[in-house]
Amino acid sequence: MLAPAMAEVVAVAAESLAGSRARAARTVLNQVVLPGEELLLPEQEDAEGPGGGGERPLRLNAGARSRVRVVCGPGLRRCGDRLLVTKCGRLRHKEPGSGSGGGVYWVDSQQKRYVPVKGDHVIGIVTAKSGDIFKVDVGGSEPASLSYLAFEGATKRNRPNVQVGDLIYGQFVVANKDMEPEMVCIDSCGRANGMGVIGHDGLLFKVTLGLIRKLLAPDCEIIQEVGKLYPLEIVFGMNGRIWVKAKTIQQTLILANILEACEHMTTDQRKQIFSRLAES
Amino acid sequence: YAAQQKTKLSKNLMRMKFMQRGLDSETKKQLEGEEKKIIGEEHWYLDLPALTKRQSFLLCEDLLYGRMSFRGFNPEVEKLMLQMNAKNKAEVFEDKTEEVDVSDEEMARRYETLVGTIGKKFAKKRDRVSYEEHENGDVKLPKEKEMFLKPRD
Repeated sequence: MLAPAMAEVVAVAAESLAGSRARAARTVLNQVVLPGEELLLPEQEDAEGPGGGGERPLRLNAGARSRVRVVCGPGLRRCGDRLLVTKCGRLRHKEPGSGSGGGVYWVDSQQKRYVPVKGDHVIGIVTAKSGDIFKVDVGGSEPASLSYLAFEGATKRNRPNVQVGDLIYGQFVVANKDMEPEMVCIDSCGRANGMGVIGHDGLLFKVTLGLIRKLLAPDCEIIQEVGKLYPLEIVFGMNGRIWVKAKTIQQTLILANILEACEHMTTDQRKQIFSRLAES
Repeated sequence: YAAQQKTKLSKNLMRMKFMQRGLDSETKKQLEGEEKKIIGEEHWYLDLPALTKRQSFLLCEDLLYGRMSFRGFNPEVEKLMLQMNAKNKAEVFEDKTEEVDVSDEEMARRYETLVGTIGKKFAKKRDRVSYEEHENGDVKLPKEKEMFLKPRD
């Protein structure tokens, strides 16, 4: 997907890095950025513009600077008052919906390895049961812990029916680099909302993280077409795991193959495959 | 003289809970404002642009709910899909008429048998016999009580 754009982009990026002048984030939207690049936020462009090289006008009252609250998302880091790119990918921006200032900048990158993030819904496999908690493998550097009370309607007497080897759909409540990740299967109101043990049968397979985000986009055509084939159920985990289930084993396998392959197919190839499936 | 000159109570005393109950909202707001000013001036802050860092992709991209079901494979999941995806777009308007724990049909079925069992409780011994005769499921109400009929001219 990135191959044609890469050649010219690398040239431009290398030039800007060599010239060591930060580009404005606004001008780089939807273009490929490389780690190590610094980006300027819109409010700082005036100060840096004609003077170049880091001269900034002295201000009497520093607090009078317009404070636009910008959120730096995945792939970006704060460096002084600029954004430092830490992953390679395309820079994206989202305008703030209800005017809570600034909007979000992030880098749309691709990777296979999942790093637990708070609030993500993931599919985990129960690997151990020790006392009051389950150890769940989510594909990160260490297994997450899941308390037996973190299910809907679970009390000390009424334990949930979870065995080693079960699939769990839950979300992280604690996920940072210093602590062991913890997940739960209820939301803040105490309702399950579809989380918990995923039923028997079906097939679990792994894809890249970028594909999951692409499939979960609101306007994803792949999912709409897949849904027209035959009755099926899919669960997407943000850790790159997908669980599918259909009426027969063959249908399940077809579904798994389609989802794995659609990352590298063009739209036409995909449409061909779907039309062939619809015929048979 | 004593009534005219109010004893001055200290600030700390005024901040205690039992003194706050008698105050009206305005004086409360004033006191709160003063406290915030004191705290605000002592608060150290970094004079950096407000750049909060969030690692989650959830607030970057509007993603759909992770569980999906198509063509009626799992009806509960399909209901959940509507609920959760509607939450992202707009606030879910809770239609109270739809949210019932027991469906209407089930309710009607239960009541049918319920009328019989409760009626049995208040029936006299004579009438209870007629209840027990119909034990195969149909509950027939006992015949009407025979009262004295006034003779018609």
